[in-house]
Amino acid sequence: MNGIGASPPRPDGFAKVSGAARYLDDLSLPGMWHGATLRSPHAHARIRSIAWDAALAPDGAVCVTVGDLPGPNGVQLIDDGWPILAGAFTHHVGEPVALVAAPTRLAAQQALQAFTVTYEPLDAVLSLEAAEALPPLYQLGMDSGDVDAALARADLVVEGEYRTGHQEHIYIECNGMIASYAEDGALTVLGSMQCPYYVQKALTHALGLADEQVRVRATTVGGGFGGKEDFPSAIALHAALLARACGRPVKLVYDRHEDIVCTSKRHPTLVRHRTGVTRDGRLAALDIEILMDGGAYTTLSSVVLSRALLHSFGPYRCADVRIRARALRTHTAPNSAFRGFGAPQVEFAIERQMDRIAHRLGLDPLEIRLRNAVAPGDRLPTGQILDAGTSALPCLEEVARRTRFRERRQELEAARARRAAEGDEDQNGAEPRRGIGLSLYFHGAGFTGNGERMMKSPVTARLLPDGRIEVLTAMTDMGQGCSAVFPQIAAAAGGLLPEDVTFAEPDTAEVPDSGPTVASRTTMIVGGLIARVTAALRDRVLEGLPGHTVRDGWIESPAGRVERFRDAARRLRAEHGPVELTLRHEPPAWQTFDETTYRGAAYPTYAWGADVVEVEVDPDTLAVRPLQVTAVCEVGRAIHPTLCAGQIEGGTLQALGWALLEEMKLEDGRYLNDRLATYVIPTILDSPRIDVHLLESHRDGGGPFGGPFGAKGVGELPMDGGAPAVAQAIENATGIGVPAIPATPERLLAWQRAGQTPGGVR
Amino acid sequence: MIALSPRSLDEAVRHLADDPALVPVAGCTDLMVRGPEALHRMDRVLDLLGLPELRGICAVSEGLEIGAATTFTEIRHSAAIRAAFPALTAAAEQVGGWQIQNRGTLGGNLANASPAGDSLPVLLALDATVILAGPAGQREVRMDGFHTGYRKTALAPGEILVRIRLPHPPAGTVQAFRKVGTREAQAISKVVVALAGHVEGGRIAGIRLAAGSVAATPVRLRAAEAAILGSSPGLVTAERAGRTAAREVQPIDDVRSTADYRRFALERVVRRMVLGLT
Ligand SMILES: Cc1cc2nc3c(=O)[nH]c(=O)nc-3n(C[C@H](O)[C@H](O)[C@H](O)COP(=O)(O)OP(=O)(O)OC[C@H]3O[C@@H](n4cnc5c(N)ncnc54)[C@H](O)[C@@H]3O)c2cc1C
Repeated sequence: MNGIGASPPRPDGFAKVSGAARYLDDLSLPGMWHGATLRSPHAHARIRSIAWDAALAPDGAVCVTVGDLPGPNGVQLIDDGWPILAGAFTHHVGEPVALVAAPTRLAAQQALQAFTVTYEPLDAVLSLEAAEALPPLYQLGMDSGDVDAALARADLVVEGEYRTGHQEHIYIECNGMIASYAEDGALTVLGSMQCPYYVQKALTHALGLADEQVRVRATTVGGGFGGKEDFPSAIALHAALLARACGRPVKLVYDRHEDIVCTSKRHPTLVRHRTGVTRDGRLAALDIEILMDGGAYTTLSSVVLSRALLHSFGPYRCADVRIRARALRTHTAPNSAFRGFGAPQVEFAIERQMDRIAHRLGLDPLEIRLRNAVAPGDRLPTGQILDAGTSALPCLEEVARRTRFRERRQELEAARARRAAEGDEDQNGAEPRRGIGLSLYFHGAGFTGNGERMMKSPVTARLLPDGRIEVLTAMTDMGQGCSAVFPQIAAAAGGLLPEDVTFAEPDTAEVPDSGPTVASRTTMIVGGLIARVTAALRDRVLEGLPGHTVRDGWIESPAGRVERFRDAARRLRAEHGPVELTLRHEPPAWQTFDETTYRGAAYPTYAWGADVVEVEVDPDTLAVRPLQVTAVCEVGRAIHPTLCAGQIEGGTLQALGWALLEEMKLEDGRYLNDRLATYVIPTILDSPRIDVHLLESHRDGGGPFGGPFGAKGVGELPMDGGAPAVAQAIENATGIGVPAIPATPERLLAWQRAGQTPGGVR
Repeated sequence: MIALSPRSLDEAVRHLADDPALVPVAGCTDLMVRGPEALHRMDRVLDLLGLPELRGICAVSEGLEIGAATTFTEIRHSAAIRAAFPALTAAAEQVGGWQIQNRGTLGGNLANASPAGDSLPVLLALDATVILAGPAGQREVRMDGFHTGYRKTALAPGEILVRIRLPHPPAGTVQAFRKVGTREAQAISKVVVALAGHVEGGRIAGIRLAAGSVAATPVRLRAAEAAILGSSPGLVTAERAGRTAAREVQPIDDVRSTADYRRFALERVVRRMVLGLT
């Protein structure tokens, strides 16, 4: 049972659960030293001097400071404005200032004492409010129709301000790299990463090496969630600089504390909404302002902001829309990629705004969404005409049916009214308050705008001497399961058995640059290429056999089975030498997008979802406990339903953690919750039951764009729906308005005292 | 690192007298998380887990004695504790998670002296006595006097915490425990409260209330106790207890919670517990 829609065991599973899998920190190279990083204690300071006293450093430790860089002081991403080491200034707490390497990890830590740095502290910008008046890192806008006229005409204008906080990835494996130089000056870097070619480009750019001189290999990746999209490039550079300085391989691995202190987080965001609505609850105008805290350097903020803009109107119809979006600069560590990439923040805001509108109009949360949700053939504010797989309404209707949303909400309201009528509800026991909430969400699959068109990602397939097909991609399996899904796709597309196909390890010396493992693009874009290239290589083997096909690993003529595909492939390989094919991704011609006006088809397709969450809130402590989540997600086609549902369960839980527990507090630009004892993520006891129901639009013909077998990207989708649903459920349970997350008990208390209600401040 | 594993309490006390830098260790669940630097400084340790005098749960004439090296798992599973001191069972069930309960000890919780230690308000409410051993022999300290300041205890240098004694509570005693943590498990308390009290002839005849994470040490809520002793149980009494408790503590804002919230939760939890006194 390996076909599309079956759920075969994942090939990496046993090694991971048995402890046999080797992660970066399990590896050691002969003669390897260990690195450590000296970090700024200041949010903003001038660096007057850096001195290194070799006599204080143990065991011949070596150091690297900014003066030792052989090339430009920038980590190459979209631009190279992110310094490898702080130059004359430091712009956030934890910014790397200097590096050391020593024979052991402990010696490297101790060697940090040999530095004396003189800082001159400067004023720091530490909040969105303070940053708002200053020039942004990046800004964008989109206009559709005439918002001012539509607002003036509207029956009601509703305003709202919604905030979300930092979120730390907490991948199980912290970031780490090993760099080593060969005698001929070639550099090899091993590490935990999502994007081997990003790392390679950063290394060649900063070290002045040619592509062939830099080899990057991804080791087993213990989770990423976006936290291993851009950051590994910086660590790889640090490890390489140290390896260069000491003439040995160097391992640089962060412990959890260091990883939290200095790696990127989800952008804290403030969204201001001004919405015109008709009396019967239809959206007439959306005026949206998005402020994201980019931290000290742009890193990926421009593209996060872009995705945020393109999801800020939610899965709703509205012709008159104005969006202004800015990524602001603060003196905190750069915020960057995190599952959802800007969409969860703005979808929280639009969903909360929809709830507020419903409250003002006396509609229930289901009704306001039913009246406004997009359907096939509708236009998004960007002008994109939505395809036949547009499933906002099917998701909404299915989740409402499965959870009896309306009836359940009425039951809970009746129970609340009964308690209130009976007098002091507290006296009648400590039973928790129950509440129910609902959200509707969507996620653009694949790179935003013209990203895929510019990259034209290649995937290669070749015949091995034993007649198997080897497929080469740069994708890493960080736990999401592409090592299980890719063979399914290749086998199904080629008519082969799973054992007829094998996949190369992500190693830049071997595999082509099929792009980064991000943006929910792996199954949909790269998987699509795998299907095409495998089928093309199969056809190459069938050349000269007209009328023949391959099924279940056998070449068949109209008369029946002829021979095993592998035998024919082996013969061809033996006679011909290497047989290899490379195909590149080509987005559909109709998908055009104008990057200046933000009009057009920003994504080839969208995945859709609707969540219902039931919570209980402790009347004495205001602690919120999510009891049950029902998630209905439309994913085009689930290649591997178990892994697909697993993505949705995990993403939903990550969203609940962000919504309820995970609060990064800052003091003078320093994260106070800089360890797992204080940065609190959900444990299994905090996890509700999560029922996942997959809808598959491929059954109805899908849309004009099809990933392999109709699959859409799914990895980020579930991050979008949990937070607004749980916020609505808390309001439903308590009557306390929830304009921000995390909705900790401390904040619920403060909001209650400040008169926050579901309709706004009383 | 050198680890000494003495076989008797006397031997352990002698080692400590000989080497003041020796660090006594039990389950190590507090020590191991103090960070790499602290661990590197701690180069000689004295393992207490093998000392028979620090182990076991046994009945004595006044009540029950629990060895300092008894783990929370052992406490959780003790039928004797569950029967007589259900508040302690409840606390043991909510310390960390199972892994921490398997290693962490009651004595370690006391000696570590965090104001958030979950067992500490229970021991205060149950009027425990702590038995210490040092070069000069054994001595007893009332639980009220054991925590002398922020992370400070009555343990003198060279002393080991040996046993904890819980007296039989008066007949009809109601016990309660409530931990308000940051999440459902593996959570340090934002507020933790324990109560032991009994009602006679329609009046509260005895009451001990204690709380953690609301001051520099775990504290008895003496004003709240005084405000309701002799009153008839019920909503008015419960609300008075909650209000008084919230006024008599000095919580702070920190990385886990706010002073405002701690007062609020303490008031509500005390009120709820006193409502349960019948
Ligand atoms: C993940 C995690 C979760 C936790 N959750 C909780 C929680 O929910 N609630 C809670 O209260 N605590 C919690 N803790 C803290 C810790 O588990 C408890 O305080 C535990 O009781 C400590 O016992 P131990 O035996 O491990 O102490 P150790 O770490 O061995 O020692 C702690 C301190 O006490 C001293 N000491 C230990 N025993 C003696 C003795 N007999 N005589 C003299 N000195 C002694 C040691 O020298 C040391 O200073 C948690 C810890 C971790 C790591």
